[in-house]
Amino acid sequence: MDRKGGELQKGDFSKDYLEHITRDEPQWMRDKRLEAYSLYESLPMPHTTDDDQWRRTVDMRTQDYWRRTRRHLRGFAVENYHPAVATNGSTSLEVDDGDGVIIQIDGKTQHTYLSPELEQKDIYFADMHTAIKERGDLIRDYFMTKAVTLETTLKSGNIATRNTFDALHGAFWQGGYVLHVPKGVRIEDPLRVYIQLSEDQHADLSHVLLIAEEDSQVVILEDNASANPDAGGLHCGAVEIFAGQNANVTYGQVQHWNRQVWNFASQQSVIAKDAQLCWVTATFGARLSKLNQSIVLEGTGSNAQLLGLAFTDARQHLDVSTAQEHLSPHTSSDLLYRNVLKDRSQTAWGGNIYVYPDANYTDAYQKNDNLLLSERAHADTLPGLEIEAHEVRCTHGATAGQIDAEQVFYLMSRGLPYDLAERLIVDGFFEPVIERIPMETVRKEMDEFISLKLA
Amino acid sequence: MSNELIIKNLHISVQGNEIIKGLDITVKPGEVHALMGPNGCGKSTLANGLMGHPSYEIDSGEVIFNDVDVLELEPNERAKLGLFLAFQYPTAIPGVSMANFLRSAVSAVRAKETNGSENIELIPMREFRVELREKMAQLGMDDSFARRYLNDGFSGGEKKRAEILQMAMLEPKIAILDETDSGLDIDAVRIVGESVSSLVGPELGVLIITHYPRLLDYIRPQYVHILMDGKIVESGGWELAQLLEAEGYDPIREKHGIAETTE
Ligand SMILES: Nc1ncnc2c1ncn2[C@@H]1O[C@H](COP(=O)(O)OP(=O)(O)OP(=O)(O)O)[C@@H](O)[C@H]1O
Ligand SMILES: [Mg+2]
Repeated sequence: MDRKGGELQKGDFSKDYLEHITRDEPQWMRDKRLEAYSLYESLPMPHTTDDDQWRRTVDMRTQDYWRRTRRHLRGFAVENYHPAVATNGSTSLEVDDGDGVIIQIDGKTQHTYLSPELEQKDIYFADMHTAIKERGDLIRDYFMTKAVTLETTLKSGNIATRNTFDALHGAFWQGGYVLHVPKGVRIEDPLRVYIQLSEDQHADLSHVLLIAEEDSQVVILEDNASANPDAGGLHCGAVEIFAGQNANVTYGQVQHWNRQVWNFASQQSVIAKDAQLCWVTATFGARLSKLNQSIVLEGTGSNAQLLGLAFTDARQHLDVSTAQEHLSPHTSSDLLYRNVLKDRSQTAWGGNIYVYPDANYTDAYQKNDNLLLSERAHADTLPGLEIEAHEVRCTHGATAGQIDAEQVFYLMSRGLPYDLAERLIVDGFFEPVIERIPMETVRKEMDEFISLKLA
Repeated sequence: MSNELIIKNLHISVQGNEIIKGLDITVKPGEVHALMGPNGCGKSTLANGLMGHPSYEIDSGEVIFNDVDVLELEPNERAKLGLFLAFQYPTAIPGVSMANFLRSAVSAVRAKETNGSENIELIPMREFRVELREKMAQLGMDDSFARRYLNDGFSGGEKKRAEILQMAMLEPKIAILDETDSGLDIDAVRIVGESVSSLVGPELGVLIITHYPRLLDYIRPQYVHILMDGKIVESGGWELAQLLEAEGYDPIREKHGIAETTE
């Protein structure tokens, strides 16, 4: 196999390599990595049917929820992927600096910009490696300590933690960025981040840390893409979002890797008193995507909106586990995930709302809807509730169905050819999600990605 | 010859049951035909079959429009040719705004080339808006209608008005109105009746399916047909509708030896 890209040619995710990448890092980060590494070594890959962590998930749900995931994983081996050590690093990506932008390719930062106005307000926006040097104490405090952790006491923990991929990420993470917004400071227009994979068989292990202090406002939009349409790749990432008291955070992630990329991600947000989070996840790419996403409503009066839209085709497999953890009273969460499936693609969504004993007056909602454009597409959807408080309002729902022949006929009878009728129905299906996305740029981009899928 | 809809010895079945059993009607431009018949006799089956609904199987017969064999065409091609059906039960399409949908539909129907699909050029927004507003006003529809999702949560009467709005926008050559008057209040029947009759002209032929002569007061048909047991059993003029209103279907059933229930 042709292994491009650096001085470390063999045993890429090895102890040697770990020593190499951590040679200039502070001791605390080395320790974190080594701890994650020993966990990684002790955990098997989940493609074996005897894998305890994954099997427990299966048993817990009575249905063989991960069966298809495991089948897909059979063709997967971490050894085939390389953290990018030295890419040529040329980017053809031409984007506007706007108020702030970071561009990373194969884990290497190509470009960072933050407008002088925002810099003056003490907003910190930098790639993770620079941040460790410049804001070590801040990063040390937050990096895999409070959100995406290797151990947790959260109820969703038995799904999301001790995941081989989280351990792999914790040990070998590279790239990613930090956005820190101080108390009372507001970002009005979205900052942009572009994370790309370009060289064949490269891995992106980016780590995202968003920290919005008290009373601040954050709007940030991240794009995950393949620069090369045919290059295989691996993404093993983590996103950690902290919304401080009364903060308002909007985070959007648009994932459109090519169909050769394996995508594993653990993402969590911790939301403080009276803070608000709007989290948009749009998925178009990857061969297999396994996403663990959770929100922790830690402070009284906190609120989160989770919006997801996905369009899969060919043999793509999208697997999402979500958790809405209500720890405190008067918290509210609203999740809406809508998937459109084409060809032989598959989606699995397992969502849980957890209401802890203290979390009275919780208002939680979750809904997952799937529109199938092909007889061979398959959607599994498993909403779940675990309620330990008395005064709560929880609703959940899930649907999956073929495109409605009556709707198609109605539109065709008005002169629309089949593909246009289908397009309108798909747009209409996504509309309840899209109309709630507070970023206009995202709404426009969605339109283009949907067109590409239907072309 | 052109723009005539000619239906010859048409047989249609639904889920293996023959519903239309040899039906002949010819509708010429400028003509208004009424089709009446008891519940379940197959009026909507005929309408859906003519428009190309996939659940309605054409077993035999011919449908010619504009010298073209309609039965060979996809529903959208039939629409492009100038065929229109105002549905008895219009389908709701959540998330798709009336305006967005109509702009696509009008653009598709007016597009020059017949084969184009994705490359249909949308008519300019401004031009479209002006036209839509004007036609909505004629139908007494509020501007906000344009932003609502297609038939989604519409009242029965709103749905029927929306069907006529679509007809007005698409400017068909043959329009089939399937019980467009049912579910409408008296004022709405008048508005719909007047709108349809204003659309009727030398260019448009209409087939009105109805149970009530009320709508026909606004659009007086030259021909009245009675459908029973899958066939046209009687055809005549306005006096036939009046006779029906006075005496019901029983005398006709008796005359043709048809049992009470056709369902
Ligand atoms: N899509 C369908 N699926 C199953 N049966 C159908 C379908 N459409 C029509 N039928 C059946 O075909 C027969 C004729 O129905 P149709 O709707 O054409 O009657 P109609 O004359 O329009 O009645 P109405 O006056 O009540 O509208 C009925 O027995 C009906 O149940
Ligand atoms: Mg009917």
